[in-house]
Amino acid sequence: MNLLKFFTAGSVDDGKSTLIGRLLYDTDSILADQLEALQQSNRKNDDGTIDLAILTDGLRAEREQGITIDVAYKYFQTDKRKFIIADTPGHIQYTRNMVTGASTAKLAIILIDARNGVVEQTIRHSYLVSLLGIEHVVVALNKMDMVDYSETVFNAITEKYKTLADELKLKEVTFIPVSALKGDNIVHESKHMEWYQGRSLLHFLETVDVEDKQSYNLARMPVQWVVRPQTDELHDYRGYAGRVLSGSFKVNDRVTVLPSGSSSVIERIEIFDQRPEEVHAGQSVTLHLKDNVDISRGDVLVNADHLPQNSKLIEADVCWMDARPLDESITYLLQHNSKVTKAKINEIVYKVDINTLEKENAVDFKLNDIGRVVIKTADELAFDLYTDNKANGAAILIDSRTNLTVAALMFRAVADY
Amino acid sequence: MSKYNLDYLDELEAEAIHILREVAGQFEKPALLFSGGKDSITLVRLAEKAFRPGKFPFPLVHIDTGHNFEETIAYRDKMVERLGEKLIIGHVQESIDQGKVVEQTGKNASRNALQTVTLLDTIEKHGFDACIGGARRDEEKARAKERIFSVRDEFGQWDPKRQRPELWNIYNGKIHKGENVRVFPISNWTELDVWNYVKRENIDLPSIYFAHYRDCITRNGQLMAASPFLNMDEEDIVENKKVRFRTVGDMSCTAAVESEADEIGDIIAEISASKISERGARMDDKVSEAAMEDRKKGGYF
Repeated sequence: MNLLKFFTAGSVDDGKSTLIGRLLYDTDSILADQLEALQQSNRKNDDGTIDLAILTDGLRAEREQGITIDVAYKYFQTDKRKFIIADTPGHIQYTRNMVTGASTAKLAIILIDARNGVVEQTIRHSYLVSLLGIEHVVVALNKMDMVDYSETVFNAITEKYKTLADELKLKEVTFIPVSALKGDNIVHESKHMEWYQGRSLLHFLETVDVEDKQSYNLARMPVQWVVRPQTDELHDYRGYAGRVLSGSFKVNDRVTVLPSGSSSVIERIEIFDQRPEEVHAGQSVTLHLKDNVDISRGDVLVNADHLPQNSKLIEADVCWMDARPLDESITYLLQHNSKVTKAKINEIVYKVDINTLEKENAVDFKLNDIGRVVIKTADELAFDLYTDNKANGAAILIDSRTNLTVAALMFRAVADY
Repeated sequence: MSKYNLDYLDELEAEAIHILREVAGQFEKPALLFSGGKDSITLVRLAEKAFRPGKFPFPLVHIDTGHNFEETIAYRDKMVERLGEKLIIGHVQESIDQGKVVEQTGKNASRNALQTVTLLDTIEKHGFDACIGGARRDEEKARAKERIFSVRDEFGQWDPKRQRPELWNIYNGKIHKGENVRVFPISNWTELDVWNYVKRENIDLPSIYFAHYRDCITRNGQLMAASPFLNMDEEDIVENKKVRFRTVGDMSCTAAVESEADEIGDIIAEISASKISERGARMDDKVSEAAMEDRKKGGYF
């Protein structure tokens, strides 16, 4: 059985929390004591039924304000698959929390209120999905019960959304008409929409193909830790421990160590007491090399025939996440997997108005702003372009005065100056 | 192009090992908080997978309420001996003797809440900058909101409104002196995942997780083990029942469930069919809707 992480984009007004509550409720994922706590709560729907939204709003402030502020993770499973839901806030002031939840997701559910159609928020959420390179998109047209389950309404909105999806180059988009409140097409197929021949949301989530389709060649493993027991019997043991970011490594593969550029051959692969011949993206492993090479944390082992980019000057999309605006005079820390180096923003190329998708000249760059910058790093970075290899194409910026994570970076090109 | 797909347990395991190695790489003085429960036992197995044949780059730390199930302590000592790793114990009794905390009184008295002070004192005494814990997001709704690297201020407090963004699998462990980070490698595991992993890895657990006969009393609708740590009076009727525990905490706040499950396959079947969450058997969470959030803000695990 495999695992699918997805996130939901929308606001409470679109019925986002109700949709998640419905998924959990109709798959029997809510336990009796949690249900009892729900029934005792003062928050009820107008018709007196349980307000499923409070299942996901975990913080006091969220329950008080009736909004989602930070991402909450929910877990459920069916016979076919295990799911992790990142329930992310939809309001513009919490964009950074949505990006947090979305960064590890393979699928996005974008909620549209069928009464309102594609609105500014839909454009913003879809833009973030495209920016983060989320592979699969489900557009859930919610509150179909409020528009008489009308096929005409559904078709009009999907047509409009397809134009947006083309503009944003979204790859796989699936449209599902639902009513989270009434339970139509969430888990059970709706009896009110004979005209819809597709799968229910859950059925879709259970069957969508989310296997990694990556080039075998993009083998990358940042070294997190060097295992050196230094005991008498294991005197020469030297294992490079890390998680395979992408691609595959096999025994006898030639690897290059970056940034030094030295190279060797894989002698042995260990996963605790196992000695696999081959390991793949996602696995945490220990590699042994035939030669004694100088390797420490922050270095990355890659397929010697398919080297990543190597540069100190990089063009990147940036999502700013701190209350202090971007400051071109400050030296930040850039963390790229296990590598940390000093970095400066050399240039702000443009800022994107995420409600209209217009690019504009930027004089400043503040919390939740998104745009393109040129970054200069102290050490060379061994990276891939985010579109080619997400796992090795992203980084964060840290403000060393506050130690806060202030930006998400997606590498788009080697900057040529 | 090649296609491959990790099984969910392999994926959860690989993620947890990656997080443990990040702790080792990023911090000067980490520690692994060990309670003797299945979640921290799972952490220990994951640490073996992350660092063997080397030593753990951190000691195990047990915050001992003094109100333990003796089976847990026996298990702990045997395990530490097998591992050959260092164990540090922080005693709640010491905090009481020093007058830093006051023992609760009354029928529902428990030492659970007192642990926070002992924990913070132990962190300060040893200068730990990162504490690895076995909390999971599926346990409770405040935990569902917490980051994997959760920064605490000098007083150990969690501020849910000022959490750092946590992007991709990149963990920012930078802190100021005096602060520390709580790290939760099995955040994304569910109770059932832990049990399935325990089964797959053939991990030995304290016997109280399995059905056994024990003297119990019923308190607030929950079955509690009759023990000297529970303030009992004539109204409490002691009954011998076949029970097991779903979580292992302080004896005065951990309730048992009636069960016939005496081997791991039965336990997995029982949990799969259960309609009660494991935290449903924790008196400490029953206080209010925000009980866990408030305790975490105060420095709790």
